[in-house]
Amino acid sequence: MPRKCGSCGVKNAILKRPKTGDALCKECFYWAFEEEIHHTVLQAKLFSPGETVAIGASGGKDSTVLAHTMKVLNERHNYGLKLILLSVDEGITGYRDDSLETVKRNQQQYDLPLTIVSYEELYGWTMDAIVKQIGLKNNCTFCGVFRRQALDRGAMMLGADKIVTGHNADDIAETVIMNVLRGDIARLRRCTAITTGTDGYLPRCKPFKYTYEKEIVMYAYFKKLDYFSTECIYSPNAYRGFARAYIKDLEKIRPSAIIDIIHSGESMQVKKEVRMPTQTTCTRCHYISSNEVCKACVMLEGLNKGRPRLGIGKIHKERRKWDEELAAQGKLQTVDGGGTDSGNVQVADGETESSAGNEQRTCSGVCSGVC
Amino acid sequence: MPLPLIIEFSGGAELLCGNVKKHNVELPEQKDKWQVRTLLPWIRDNLVQERPELFMQGDTVRPGILVLINEADWELMGELDYELEENDRIVFISTLHGG
Repeated sequence: MPRKCGSCGVKNAILKRPKTGDALCKECFYWAFEEEIHHTVLQAKLFSPGETVAIGASGGKDSTVLAHTMKVLNERHNYGLKLILLSVDEGITGYRDDSLETVKRNQQQYDLPLTIVSYEELYGWTMDAIVKQIGLKNNCTFCGVFRRQALDRGAMMLGADKIVTGHNADDIAETVIMNVLRGDIARLRRCTAITTGTDGYLPRCKPFKYTYEKEIVMYAYFKKLDYFSTECIYSPNAYRGFARAYIKDLEKIRPSAIIDIIHSGESMQVKKEVRMPTQTTCTRCHYISSNEVCKACVMLEGLNKGRPRLGIGKIHKERRKWDEELAAQGKLQTVDGGGTDSGNVQVADGETESSAGNEQRTCSGVCSGVC
Repeated sequence: MPLPLIIEFSGGAELLCGNVKKHNVELPEQKDKWQVRTLLPWIRDNLVQERPELFMQGDTVRPGILVLINEADWELMGELDYELEENDRIVFISTLHGG
């Protein structure tokens, strides 16, 4: 027999809360779920009255529940926010086109305006076209970098003051673990912040920072919210997959592990002597960047010039190879008096390869750090 | 007497079962009472069509799949020890799909 609700003591409990272990009935669960998010919003002073807030909406469970909850709380607690749904169309046939249909239904169900920005209009490339170029390795890197900018650009177009995303506690714990494993101290320090991007672009907030995935899914299930749950056709995303499975295994043993990992991430202190990448703005698109030219611009350049690997992994390696090829072509031009048909370029390529090899062997630290 | 049950998959878990969400099934008669513990391998062998390792891990469901027994969290119902009754409705929801 099911237990009675630990809060009202009247109805049967339907859910054991992972964070607290409390057994609650449907109504008490809804209340606790919503009010905890309200508490997070207040504690972190996420919003001010009169602001326009763009909700990053993918049609998946997290953003669907986020749109619903934001609307409920905005009305219940008079946040005075203007809420808009903002979706990014990555151009993935059979995946994003279907999930965008879900967002369009959400628009009507929640009576919120919807704007869709596409990779194609912003960058001139759909993910389908990018995958054709680069295959199924590293494609998620392109998508991630482009999506981040696309949301910002869409939100600015709409005159939004802030963006909210559906990242939940499980996601953040995964990210903490991933950054520990990668030894990425800069991201490790940033990844638990509830609001990011305050130093340049639009602030981004995560109202679900302390909300467990289990509760989001249960909330959506009991409220019969309409969401889309197909995996992206291009996304093996193996690295996050491992972190995800690990977090879920931990949760099974001790549900508070998720909050504990987030707490550890928050408590992380980095010694002052540790040199951190400084953030600046991209000289091409003026988007926030830790390099002179931002990742998205480098990636786009690579795609447009038929060198898609330019934006992946060690940029300088690919860049150097390319520069040398160009230099070799230049050399060729002076020799041949301008003729650069493909046969000549092939020869030049071969030369470059061997000379690069020589260079690597002979370099003794005078090559401005590319070796 | 066979035991009739309703088994449902959602949140992406249905993809393991030929994209069919609702299954009306009858468990064959057996000496001991059917429990969730014995139901899971039965589902794996009879309903799951691909990648059974995404459904079960060890003797239980893969972490990240939520289980509801008659609309209540299975963690309140004894999990694997729950004894199945006629026409029980068991729902499996994957939380591992897209956000």
